[in-house]
Amino acid sequence: MAPALDIPALEVAHLTVSYGSTPALWDVDATFPSGAMSAIVGPNGSGKSTLIAAALGLVPSDSGRSTIFGRPAKEAMRRVAYVPQRESVDWDFPITVREVVEMGRYAEAGWLRRISRSDRAIVDGAIERVGMAPYSRRQIGQLSGGQRQRVFIARALAQEADLLVFDEPFAGVDARTEAALLSLLAQLRDREGRSVVMVHHDLQTVRSMVDWVLLLNVRAIACGPVASTMTPDNLRRVYGAADIGAPAAEGAAWVP
Amino acid sequence: MSDAMIIVLTAGLTATALALLGPFLVLRRVALMGDAVSHAVLPGIVAAFLVFQTRAPLVVILGAAAFALICVLAIEALRGTGLVASDAAIGLVFPALFALGVLGIHRYAANIHLDLDSTIYGEIAFAPFRTLDLGGVEVVRSVLIMGVVAAVNLGLITLLWKELKVTSFDPDFARSIRFSPTVVARLLLIAVAVTAVTAFESVGAILVVALLIVPAAAAYLMTDRLVAMVAIAVAIGWVSSVVGYAGAVEVDASIAGAMGLTAAVIFGIALLASPRHGLIARAVRRARTRRAVERALAEERGAQGAGA
Ligand SMILES: Nc1ncnc2c1ncn2[C@@H]1O[C@H](COP(=O)(O)OP(=O)(O)OP(=O)(O)O)[C@@H](O)[C@H]1O
Ligand SMILES: [Mg+2]
Repeated sequence: MAPALDIPALEVAHLTVSYGSTPALWDVDATFPSGAMSAIVGPNGSGKSTLIAAALGLVPSDSGRSTIFGRPAKEAMRRVAYVPQRESVDWDFPITVREVVEMGRYAEAGWLRRISRSDRAIVDGAIERVGMAPYSRRQIGQLSGGQRQRVFIARALAQEADLLVFDEPFAGVDARTEAALLSLLAQLRDREGRSVVMVHHDLQTVRSMVDWVLLLNVRAIACGPVASTMTPDNLRRVYGAADIGAPAAEGAAWVP
Repeated sequence: MSDAMIIVLTAGLTATALALLGPFLVLRRVALMGDAVSHAVLPGIVAAFLVFQTRAPLVVILGAAAFALICVLAIEALRGTGLVASDAAIGLVFPALFALGVLGIHRYAANIHLDLDSTIYGEIAFAPFRTLDLGGVEVVRSVLIMGVVAAVNLGLITLLWKELKVTSFDPDFARSIRFSPTVVARLLLIAVAVTAVTAFESVGAILVVALLIVPAAAAYLMTDRLVAMVAIAVAIGWVSSVVGYAGAVEVDASIAGAMGLTAAVIFGIALLASPRHGLIARAVRRARTRRAVERALAEERGAQGAGA
């Protein structure tokens, strides 16, 4: 499909973020069109998670700005569902899979009010879609790593957000489930015009499933449609001299 | 009402008020909040005495409540910096406040009898003798006060149920959907401070510190559902009150001590025998599974042997 560029789902301009004195992101410009599936690609430590967190206003930036559907990130956060790279929750918490996914409806219900019957139906649907229905009454800690990840993807789906932001959503998820979830995301894009921005290390998948890509290594190396952006030359610039066939160019040399 | 009933009712209502909040403290890893408050109220008592020159109960309670609030909110603020862990935050704040109280007594009240036991800490055995006149009806003070506090706490956690759940389980997510973990934590801790101070005055410190955490910690071992954890904690609070009172009468011992000890024994039983996470259940389950697996493996090998 042809991504609409008029109002981008997510846009960052001149974004610079540093931890201490070393910059994790340097003057990054990037645009993620709405109604498209986009990926952020780069080696470990290249600033992908930082870019997402800063763009959503969860990490303070040193300079630059970010807009979501044309509005400042702070105002538009209610249109975003975000699944971080690693959940920092208490896995022993007395809570079931279903109760976690229900949290995806809390914003809609609002403070002090219970979630409604239609919210419950949405929750059931989300659990079904990630294939966790048989586990919905399990305590969250009694799941495998991949299953836990699927629960948090279900919670994001239940939010019915216009923009889904996933940081390595399929880490630890088996290949068959990954394929099913990817085609589900493609469906959400095609039928409901939802936008997806995800960090993904598998360049093969990015090539075949994704419309738009940002190649990131502290600086934005290139940003655009997959076909014209993921050129061997650009990939070499992102991953350094390392073998670009390898999904994660660990420790690749880069010069900020 | 008999004295026995009044005492058990006072303890049960106090246990209810505390056990409604305790589970959230246990889950948020700030279980020692009750101990902290029990010490941090000392400067409040000194301040109340300095300002009003009295040890009247209402003044003392207000002074204590003010410093209880300062204590819990300061602990939460320290935690909120992300630089101090929960246990350290508690360990930093309440000794400072307690020390302030000790200094205050030494400096301004050395010649009068001003300490926690004689001012704020009540004694549950005296509950039947402290009554109020409400428009001609004589009501037991502690039953009335703790009943109201328990009802308010029940209303609070019912209203804030999903807010408490999401901010306790996943504060980052809560923040992203604009359910401020800071606001919810403050409301919870204000309830803890007010409940603790009123309960100190009705039943004494030991019982409050015990009933805030022990039933919640026992309930945590017995269920995987938050709502069940709260309900079980309340139930354990009542059982501790009834059994503790009976035990105290039986052996003629301190009522608060016996109730606190009963709660501890119930925790011990839960630790060993909880059907879900108890040590015995775990061992039995593992042994049973191992035997079943061995049998199944033997059968499978037997079948293969016969087939070959
Ligand atoms: N909390 C932090 N404090 C200090 N430095 C950090 C922090 N988080 C990240 N960094 C540094 O910032 C840089 C970018 O980190 P980031 O997590 O954004 O990388 P990433 O591209 O998501 O990597 P990965 O593929 O491993 O997830 C790294 O060099 C990392 O060491
Ligand atoms: Mg990352």
